[in-house]
Amino acid sequence: MKFIDEYQNSELAKGLVKRIAKQSTKTIKLMEFCGGHTHAIMRYGIRQLVPKTVEMRSGPGCPVCVTATADLDKAIALTHLPEVIITTFGDMMRVPGSYSSLQQAKAEGADVRIVYSVMDAIEIAEANPEKSVIFIGIGFETTAPTIAASILKAEQKKIENFYVLSLHKLTPPVMKTLLDSGEVKLDGIICPGHVSVIIGSHPYEFIPKNYGVACVISGFEPLDILLCLDKLVRQIENGQPRVEIAYPRGVKPEGNRKALQLMEEVFEIGEANWRGIGQVPQSGLKIRSKYEHFDADKAFSVTLKPAREPKGCRCGDVVRGAATPLECKLFRKVCSPERPIGPCMVSSEGACAAYYQYHG
Amino acid sequence: MNNSYLSLRDNAKKNEVILLAHGSGGKLSHDLVKKKLLPFLANPALNKLDDSAVFEASGRLAFTTDSYVVNPIFFPGGDIGKLAVCGTVNDLAMSGAKPMYLSLSIIAEEGLPMGELEQIIQSIKRAAEEAEVQIITGDTKVVNQGQTDKLFVNTAGIGLIPPGIDISGANAKAGDKVILSGTIGDHGIAIMSQREGLKFSVPVESDCAPLNKLVAQMLVASPRIHCLRDPTRGGLATTLNEFARQSHVGIVIEENKIPVKDGVRAACELLGLDPIYVANEGKLVAIVEPDDADKILAPMKQNGYGRDAAIIGEVISEHPGRVIMKTKLGSSRIVDMLSGELLPRIC
Repeated sequence: MKFIDEYQNSELAKGLVKRIAKQSTKTIKLMEFCGGHTHAIMRYGIRQLVPKTVEMRSGPGCPVCVTATADLDKAIALTHLPEVIITTFGDMMRVPGSYSSLQQAKAEGADVRIVYSVMDAIEIAEANPEKSVIFIGIGFETTAPTIAASILKAEQKKIENFYVLSLHKLTPPVMKTLLDSGEVKLDGIICPGHVSVIIGSHPYEFIPKNYGVACVISGFEPLDILLCLDKLVRQIENGQPRVEIAYPRGVKPEGNRKALQLMEEVFEIGEANWRGIGQVPQSGLKIRSKYEHFDADKAFSVTLKPAREPKGCRCGDVVRGAATPLECKLFRKVCSPERPIGPCMVSSEGACAAYYQYHG
Repeated sequence: MNNSYLSLRDNAKKNEVILLAHGSGGKLSHDLVKKKLLPFLANPALNKLDDSAVFEASGRLAFTTDSYVVNPIFFPGGDIGKLAVCGTVNDLAMSGAKPMYLSLSIIAEEGLPMGELEQIIQSIKRAAEEAEVQIITGDTKVVNQGQTDKLFVNTAGIGLIPPGIDISGANAKAGDKVILSGTIGDHGIAIMSQREGLKFSVPVESDCAPLNKLVAQMLVASPRIHCLRDPTRGGLATTLNEFARQSHVGIVIEENKIPVKDGVRAACELLGLDPIYVANEGKLVAIVEPDDADKILAPMKQNGYGRDAAIIGEVISEHPGRVIMKTKLGSSRIVDMLSGELLPRIC
């Protein structure tokens, strides 16, 4: 199949694997930021193919996983308001909050609906003018432009019963926080492909410059990832870290101007609460006051009991790359995709789910 | 009778819907059976409309039942009626049985357009004719709106197992070959593309089909087939894991040898799914003696439902209970059962 087979070619893969092995002498630690990469690395058995000198850690790039429990509690509390319909992406349904989950709220009678696109939430709002339709907006720079577009569409169509709970997060600021903490000593980062389609490669420039850490943007096919690893190993071996794009068919250095303009129009940058990391300045997207009539945070108030984390769950450590899923005592024993304790086991992009499914 | 009256009458007929009274046991129920069901499904046992169907049988019998609640009830390549016949026929065939008789039980939602029910019944008739099975007993019920989703169908089936056949998921032995009858994931993707809120169109139809004749041809080629199963929900990966666990053996498959249609691959790429976990309704997996593999494969390829059949792997004594896949890149990984639900990814 065109545009897929080329990136799964086993001969080319063997060539890259050989080249990586040949040039790798130092023991290095890499982080794949994005959960999609963790999944692809496990699915194609890439860790087996690269030399033992290359260690890979999963990072905080799973939108469901990094959503703070307190924010999830807020989403669940919103379901209990009268005459509301909560719309959300599927993975969010099953994540346990402090006291309940969206799934449980639904089972208890709340109107919670899974949508595949925020535009479906707009349609639900149009079809139910007497109800308030709240979209739980999670995700990174990848999803934020479509949410921004939905708010502009609602404005244009004068839809007055559509709201967004904006929990959107930004990638480069949290990378900075992780590097500043020094908890995990990284030599290189496999930078997220889809996020970079939007933001381009420039926002990562501070990483090699200030931290001496190599950055290569990767696509999600196995050859993309191998090419990215090849570039990372070469940069690190040569002692010349910089930002490179190993996904040129998707990413331009300047990103996608139109998408960035959409985000800029609707959102402003603010603090965000990350699971396992806490409040990170300048890492979240808040709805600008111009569009505050769509802001669920402003339109509804709910009282929340203090958030509490599931006992023994190490999702917070896993999203920081400080622990692998295998280091969590609950993994596979108590916590499984059927009975998830933490979000990393729920989300299809979560590291624990990938380790579980592919026996990492 | 003037034209406007005729068009009124036609309209009323066109708009005819299932009423609660159609399931009450009274005159409307009787009419429904006589006018909408019997003309299509007629056979001597059913025509009697006695409380139970009576038939002669001797030998080893296979007996199975399944309920069908697919949403939507019409989908590319089939509908709930075809699915209900093929699903039960296939369950019988996977024991090596020749399917003979089916029961058909329908639970309809009040307000279901009569035309839709008629289409489903005609589809049941066509599928039963193709599979050469008779529907000899049945039931219809109607429930209030909202108590069911348009139409639920249950079928049970009885089949006769020829002498000398011993098929079970526990029969796989090291050295055996794994045969897959064709492309995987067609049904699951065809259904998913129709789901509300998931607006994409793929040129993929459900593979829903009766496989009993394919199985009969395979058994002629070699009566000593060890395992046979149709990989429905949970897909190929789940079926192979069931074999590995039941037989306490390992199974190695090669990703490159598993046939997947381009449309299914494209949809899976888009949704973040793995085709080995996506449902099929017209495919089978067989585990056979190594010497028999080519002998069984030849007639399969002649049958329309086994055209793309391939040997995709083998049974090993190592790693009992595990399925291992050699990936396209040359690495190996464990293929587990489907855990959780198949949900499209969000970013």
